[in-house]
Amino acid sequence: MSDALLQARGLTKRYGARLACADVSFDLDPGEVLAIVGESGSGKSTLLSLIATELQPNSGSVSYRMRDGILRDLGLLSEAERRALMRTDWGFVRQDAAKGLRMAVSAGGNVGERLMGAGARHYGTIRGTALDWLAKVEIAADRVDDPPTRFSGGMRQRLQIARNLVTGPRLVLMDEPTSGLDVSVQARLLDLIRGLVAELGLAVIIVTHDLAVARLLSHRVMVMRAGRVIETGLTDQVLDDPREPYTQLLVSSVLAA
Amino acid sequence: MNPALEFRDVAKTFTLHLRGGVQLPVMGGADLAVHPGECVVLGGPSGAGKSSLLKMAYGNYRCDHGQILVRDGETVVDVASASPRAILALRRRTISYVSQFLRVIPRVGAREVVAAAGREGGLPADIALVRAEELLSRLNLPERLWDLPPATFSGGEQQRVNIARGLIAERPILLLDEPTASLDAQNRAVVVDLIRARQAAGAALLGIFHDTDVREAVATRVVDVTAFAQTRAA
Repeated sequence: MSDALLQARGLTKRYGARLACADVSFDLDPGEVLAIVGESGSGKSTLLSLIATELQPNSGSVSYRMRDGILRDLGLLSEAERRALMRTDWGFVRQDAAKGLRMAVSAGGNVGERLMGAGARHYGTIRGTALDWLAKVEIAADRVDDPPTRFSGGMRQRLQIARNLVTGPRLVLMDEPTSGLDVSVQARLLDLIRGLVAELGLAVIIVTHDLAVARLLSHRVMVMRAGRVIETGLTDQVLDDPREPYTQLLVSSVLAA
Repeated sequence: MNPALEFRDVAKTFTLHLRGGVQLPVMGGADLAVHPGECVVLGGPSGAGKSSLLKMAYGNYRCDHGQILVRDGETVVDVASASPRAILALRRRTISYVSQFLRVIPRVGAREVVAAAGREGGLPADIALVRAEELLSRLNLPERLWDLPPATFSGGEQQRVNIARGLIAERPILLLDEPTASLDAQNRAVVVDLIRARQAAGAALLGIFHDTDVREAVATRVVDVTAFAQTRAA
């Protein structure tokens, strides 16, 4: 049963003597949402960067099923192929919106730029599609020409989502997309993400330290500590019946509202 | 006839690592079969492992030992050893679980919470919406609440939303964990009717009911789980 969209095998990354990511392997199916949880320094963001090919692993590989159905080792793609893939079939929603957006360009331009990067040329179509997507992420039409510097934190994250989803990607990586936002803003963003993921059948790998986010969005969860995956499984099973001491500590440390 | 759900020699122990690795044995040697058209009610004092048994069947708790066999169309899946994806597939088409408490999702209204469960169970969107409204009416949830998120509802109102969620897609196995705990007599009677209708339609039901009247109205058999108390020293 090898119809996985993405396969990670033995991903390992060292910084000097420190293992940031140790021998991580997993499969992700189309439409599946995988949460990677752990505290700061657990290696979860390093793992995401390895998956996104922004970091080179010391060993291990990431393979992805391209739109032609063939599974290819991302480490063996040409730079042009890799960039084309990231611009169209993958999205990356970052914790820091300034790293995922062009802060000096209008909201409409941020979305349109990604469409042009994917090959769209007709101005009217680009503008129309950008407006549709901004409406989907609840950005009012009268803010389309404003740059994200004038947006609140929650709006910036919604703009990142529109910019990433406008090309119809099959896989979206998310790095702590809701942290640093007020809780009411978080709830709105999570609800938006949840709706879009279900509607579009997206595969998602989401890194979060927030177990409630993992529970709300993900099918499966991987718990990381000191660079290693220490527990993995069905999200509600890992959170309701955690087996490892560290997972029990994480789960029991959450304050119930 | 083959059972729809069967526990074979199931054992469960919780290990509390934060309490010095204390072992809490919940059950051992649990054998139980539920056939289509049966409503098996679990009896025994609280802490005897009734809810744990339901949660293991749903894959929400792990099973340390034994098998939990679920008939899924022509095949049989062992929940105790199935992959997460296989368990999620069972939840979509084969097993419903009504817990005592609704897990509330911010910003999503009651009708949509129920309709979404219907769509996840394979109903087309328009039918899911109609069924959601039918169930909420039947359960006497006032129409003015349908578009509001259930976070602010009373316990009984939330429980009725939860029951509608669990019943909207008609799956062959239904697990019920005190679905009537916060309901008044009128709504308990509605739930009894809904449960009997599922049973008459051939579903296999396994439940916990503390209300004697509900238990007597729905049970085809009562199984005392103290019989499953773990004898093996943990």
